[in-house]
Amino acid sequence: MHFGPHLLLAALEGLVTSAVLALTALGLSLVFGVMRVVNVAHGEFFMLGAVLAWAISTAIPGHPTVGFLAALVLAPLIVGAIALLAERLVLRRLNYNPEATIVATIGMLYIIQQLALSFYGPEARPVEPPFSYRILLPWFGYSGYKLSIIAASALLLVATWLVLTRTKIGLIMRATQYDSETAQAFGIPVDRVYAGVFALGAMLAAIAAVLIVPISQAHYLMGQDPLLLSFIVVIIGGLGSLRGTVVAAVLIGLSDGIISVFFSPTLAKIIATLLVAMVLVFRPQGLFGTASR
Amino acid sequence: MTDKNGFFDLSKSTLSRRTALKGLAACAGLTLAPGFVRYSQAQSSAPIKIGFQSHRTGIGAAYGRWYEKTSAAAVKAINDAGGINGRPVELVIEDDGTDPGRGAEVVGKFATQHKTDIVFGTLFSHVVIGSAPAAGENKIPYFVVSEGHHVASTKLNRYVFQPGITDVKSQIQSMAPWIAANAGKKVTQIFPDFAFGYDHRDYLPPALKAQGAEVIAQIAIPPTESSFTKYFPQIPAETEVIYHVMVGPAVLTFVKELGEFYGSNRPQLFGFMDSLEATDINSPGLEFLDGSHFWEGSPRYAQADDSAAQKAYRAAVGIDDNGAAVGDPKDVSTASHMFGCWETLYVVKKAMEDAGYKGPEDRAKLVEATEALTEFAEGPEHPQGPKTFNGKIHQCFGIQNISKVEGGKLTVVHKTKIEDGLYEAEGDYTTQAL
Repeated sequence: MHFGPHLLLAALEGLVTSAVLALTALGLSLVFGVMRVVNVAHGEFFMLGAVLAWAISTAIPGHPTVGFLAALVLAPLIVGAIALLAERLVLRRLNYNPEATIVATIGMLYIIQQLALSFYGPEARPVEPPFSYRILLPWFGYSGYKLSIIAASALLLVATWLVLTRTKIGLIMRATQYDSETAQAFGIPVDRVYAGVFALGAMLAAIAAVLIVPISQAHYLMGQDPLLLSFIVVIIGGLGSLRGTVVAAVLIGLSDGIISVFFSPTLAKIIATLLVAMVLVFRPQGLFGTASR
Repeated sequence: MTDKNGFFDLSKSTLSRRTALKGLAACAGLTLAPGFVRYSQAQSSAPIKIGFQSHRTGIGAAYGRWYEKTSAAAVKAINDAGGINGRPVELVIEDDGTDPGRGAEVVGKFATQHKTDIVFGTLFSHVVIGSAPAAGENKIPYFVVSEGHHVASTKLNRYVFQPGITDVKSQIQSMAPWIAANAGKKVTQIFPDFAFGYDHRDYLPPALKAQGAEVIAQIAIPPTESSFTKYFPQIPAETEVIYHVMVGPAVLTFVKELGEFYGSNRPQLFGFMDSLEATDINSPGLEFLDGSHFWEGSPRYAQADDSAAQKAYRAAVGIDDNGAAVGDPKDVSTASHMFGCWETLYVVKKAMEDAGYKGPEDRAKLVEATEALTEFAEGPEHPQGPKTFNGKIHQCFGIQNISKVEGGKLTVVHKTKIEDGLYEAEGDYTTQAL
């Protein structure tokens, strides 16, 4: 294959990775930014989204589009409810203590993963894409659905940004992030904001998973890679910075796509990790993060 | 770190009488559980304990579940017919997480804690390679069902056997003539980047060369990869056959993305069933495979010429004509590999009977008796087909099936002969000390 089409394929692959990564990492970043909780179980909410998408789309008969759309709405809601429950039952009782919540979310990771293994099983199960249009380029074919993931993710990112910057809920969240004690003094129910943010973070991961599952299948171990990559993205972009998260996701996704097409996927991972190290050394607050107060 | 919330303060919780009673009840329940039954009979009728190193979790979990089902069926059949040397057989299962480190620990646990007679049942080659030294150190016979070439390479040790499934080198050698004659001469290989894949990487090129065909590109893919399109540009345009063998949960994605990349204008495909074990061949996106060919150890779909033994085996394990669990058509089996568990257990039975095996003190005798075996006739104990066994390299040789995907089924189009897969022994385990 010639250089041009080769690069095009690499960029397309990279953009799909970026799109999913941006949504997942945004969830992680929000939770950390507002609650100062490092949610190690984030990848498991991603996995739950995919597993539920499979359950919902197989439970609903008829055209695959119906099942997929139902999954796109229901799976994140269920995952959000589970996250809310976990927040009430676990994180709140630990008073969001940073060290204790890390240990607690590691525990949640294993519990969710093993529950999925027990009730869903070890198989990788496919979900039918809502449409299976294959775009025929002169050099190779490409899945139309994959392109739609990029568009859907971009829309969701814009929507999240609008909510955060233009609505009262967003204002309350930002106030809590800026200074939770003062926010509480001004009558903001910080406790409820935390619960909402934790659920929202999990829902973003679940949406990303529902989008990716028709091209990758639901499997109980699928949460590990997204978790790792999300951490990389969040560290590079700056914890709690929406803009940084998106930029870092595109950067990591594209470099992963291009480097793995032209060289090797292992090299792509090495470079991403090296980038994290460099950012931590020279700009610990991340590319777009603000220095901690 | 201060413990503001009393998070680590154990003194907070005091043991109440009720909790103590509950604990007591739980302990009583445990001792009543079947695993804890003490055998009051004489030593001679105590069960023979087979330590089953199972991939219950990790990337091999789908295989592990079917390996357990098949082994349980074989053990039931053996016990119904009077057990081994008049003693019942009992499986002791431990999960190795499909992880080599855990695997070695599990072997140690079987030898020292459970005191099983043998260890059995491992599939993934990296786990076998990781666990083999532990079996050698503990001098416990280790019967694997892995299909990798590592046992036959004689690079492991005298306690490791693979008598129930053929190895990759033999499989490739016996199928290469068919590939060169029917699929094409210019082959691109796609394989997982670890031990099992390396067997394919190393043995396919010489096997094809001997048939006047050649491997023009080799693409290694990490076993944890979840997206594959980025590797496909490396496939040379002049490729006539793509030879694919993938493992792990993402195999379906691999085939789907290959389909999107090529559409209907694809090279011939020849795959190892490993790429689709435990996966429904009629899953969305797999239409692309229609007309392609696969290696199958034992056919997934019931064939017109199935022997009575094959039918009885399928019924005992509980798989229907489509190779899925009876009663759950979505629960597709790992038919190409799991027959090896059934056959291996019968080899163990034969060897234990030949050795007059009484207990762990006879393990060396069991090793020698296994090495003395030469042939397994096709029948209820060996439903996949007849096999020969080379005691020097601890490896069996058998027939292979090449199946075509058509009409949403796999139909066997070619069966190789045992002789097609024989090769020169690379060493001799029997010269090692016991």
